[in-house]
Amino acid sequence: MIRSELLLALAKDNPDLRAEEIEQVVDIFFEEISQRLTEGGRVELRGFGAFSTREREARQGRNPRTGTTVDVPAKRVPYFKPGKEMRERLNGG
Amino acid sequence: MSRSMSTLTRADLAETINRKMGFSRAESLDMVEAILGHMCEAMARGENVKISGFGSFVLRDKKERIGRNPKTGVEVPITPRRVMTFRASQLLKERIAKG
Repeated sequence: MIRSELLLALAKDNPDLRAEEIEQVVDIFFEEISQRLTEGGRVELRGFGAFSTREREARQGRNPRTGTTVDVPAKRVPYFKPGKEMRERLNGG
Repeated sequence: MSRSMSTLTRADLAETINRKMGFSRAESLDMVEAILGHMCEAMARGENVKISGFGSFVLRDKKERIGRNPKTGVEVPITPRRVMTFRASQLLKERIAKG
C-alpha cells in the first residue's frame, strides 16, 4: 500500500469528504508524528506501535568506495517498536 | 529531553485534525483510527506500507531459531514469524538528525 492507495481507501469510507480534505488529514497525521520525533519526543499508538528516537554516538566511518576514513557525528535516529496487537495480527492472531 | 515532553497519542492527533480542519472531535478520532486501520489491514494481508516523505513499514519473515531463556539458560525454539520494521524516509532521518 502506498500513500495514494491509503487516500483512496479513506475516500471510499468517507464519501462526504472532498479528496483535498482527506489529503490534508493524512498530511497532518504524518507531519505531527514527524514533528514530535524531530523535537526528540515519543509517539505511542496503542495496538499499532510506538515511535521514538535513539542517540547514536559519533564514530569513525569509512567511505566504501575510496576507503578513506570519515568522522560520522553523533546523531539522533528514528526507532519504531510494533505494538502487541500488530505483532499478533501479522502472525494470524 | 524526551522525558520532559509528553507522548503524542491518538487523542493528540485527533485534536490537531479537529483544530486545523474543523471536523468534530469524534470525526477527527475516526479519521485517525481509519488511517491506522487501513495500514494495519494492508500489513495483515502481507503488504508493505510506503508513505512518501515519512517512511516505509516493511514486513520480514524470520526463520525458526534457537533462543535461550536468559533466566534459566534453557534452550527453546523461537517459532518462525513475520515481523514489521519501520524504515524512515531520507527526509525524516535528516530532520531528526538535525533536531
